Amino acid sequence: MSDYKVKFEIFEGPLDLLLYLVKKEEVDIHQVNLTQIATQFIEYVELMREFDLEVAGEFLMMASTLVYIKSRELLPVEQQAVAEGEEEEDPRWELIRRLVEYKKFKDAAAQLQEREGEQEHIYPRLPGKLEFAEAGSAPRAAVSVFDLVNAVNGILKRYAAQEARDVYEDKWTVSEKIESIRAFVQSRPAVKFSELFAAATSRAEVVVTFLAMLELIRLRQIVIEQPETFAEIEIRLVPPEPAPAAPETTAPAAGELTL
Amino acid sequence: MELKNILEAILFSAQKPLSPKELQDLFAQTAEQAEEETARALKKTKQEAIVAALEELAREHDHAARSYRLVCVAGAWQFVSQPEFSPWIRALVGQKQRPSRLSQPALETLAIIAYRQPITRAEIEQIRGVAVDGVMQTLLERGLVEPSGKAEVVGRPSLYSTTAQFLEYFGLRSLEEMPAADELRRIPVQKPESLATADPGLATAPPEQLTVADVNQLTTPAGVASGETNPDAR
Repeated sequence: MSDYKVKFEIFEGPLDLLLYLVKKEEVDIHQVNLTQIATQFIEYVELMREFDLEVAGEFLMMASTLVYIKSRELLPVEQQAVAEGEEEEDPRWELIRRLVEYKKFKDAAAQLQEREGEQEHIYPRLPGKLEFAEAGSAPRAAVSVFDLVNAVNGILKRYAAQEARDVYEDKWTVSEKIESIRAFVQSRPAVKFSELFAAATSRAEVVVTFLAMLELIRLRQIVIEQPETFAEIEIRLVPPEPAPAAPETTAPAAGELTL
Repeated sequence: MELKNILEAILFSAQKPLSPKELQDLFAQTAEQAEEETARALKKTKQEAIVAALEELAREHDHAARSYRLVCVAGAWQFVSQPEFSPWIRALVGQKQRPSRLSQPALETLAIIAYRQPITRAEIEQIRGVAVDGVMQTLLERGLVEPSGKAEVVGRPSLYSTTAQFLEYFGLRSLEEMPAADELRRIPVQKPESLATADPGLATAPPEQLTVADVNQLTTPAGVASGETNPDAR
């Protein structure tokens, strides 16, 4: 009863089981004896039922296809039912075609899996933080929280026409906005303050976006800078550090804002 | 100074992988800031020229068999270490932060989407022979696939495609780089000459078509059992 264990391998779907049975026959898929496979397939489904395992509907459908193929085989060619009009595709061929196709994707999945494993061992070159990052540019003006409020106020004025008593659905949450800001800032070296709000459609959205930005500053995920006094505020991503260093209490660098 | 050497220096110091477009922009920017003749000469370098130089550079690194190589992942170029050196690098910088490995059903579903995109859920299920709801949920949550429109069929079901993150996760340059891409896009499965399905002899011709010789043979038990009397019946 060494077959027992094998028979209880869990197959994800009927095609998996069929491929397994074909493999056991050690013949090419095209050469396989489907009648024989059909018998084994049904035995397997019966066993699953006997042991009260849930038999997925897909298995039963496949079993019925196999039984149909088997019954068709029992009839001489001349007496096999042929669909009227167009020529019916041979159900054996249809099944083998599906099996071959599925097998190819299974193989492709195996190759992907190999790559997946390999990627765990490939490290990108991570250059040290450039200490002289902004050396070339002029010293940055400090941005205070008032500068920020002032800036957002300017943006809110664009939405002044909207009546305050209009009720809006809360379409945005701060955490969603945090994600979208992070994605936006990651995509570019620096993002202008106004760009963050360019897509906002209401006052509520501007406010939520602003709150999300403040949260990201607090979490030290982004920094805000002003290239020069009264220039537009810019937002940059703080490059991720490999290991979380002990919380630093050093004074914020010039031009950075900490809340 | 050759273009490829300049590119090598840029990528060596780059903080992230760079696309040919970003490199092109960088050349334009350099030309405005730098005095050097070369910098100005490279101002309008074409992206094709950049890619060609990068590919040559990557080949040179391969030939030199260094411990690192130049790769293009999802369209952006970077230097990475060769996998065999991972034990030391892991000890140095720690385990790579990667989500848990994908399950077999997830990988299969992903392979089908990758080769056949854009594709509907029903088409995936047709190929795999099982429902893919749970697996699709995982793939969507991990950002490896995304909805990419609606199929122009009844019910307008969503179409799915792989994302840039898919390429990054598997370290692929593009979808073209996937193995056997041409073949799997549209699998041309050749119908074989004959299908060996039934037990030999099961499908015999009706009696009236049998020749006398056949009938004579049929009367012998061996002939009946083997059924080899009429191999052309099918």
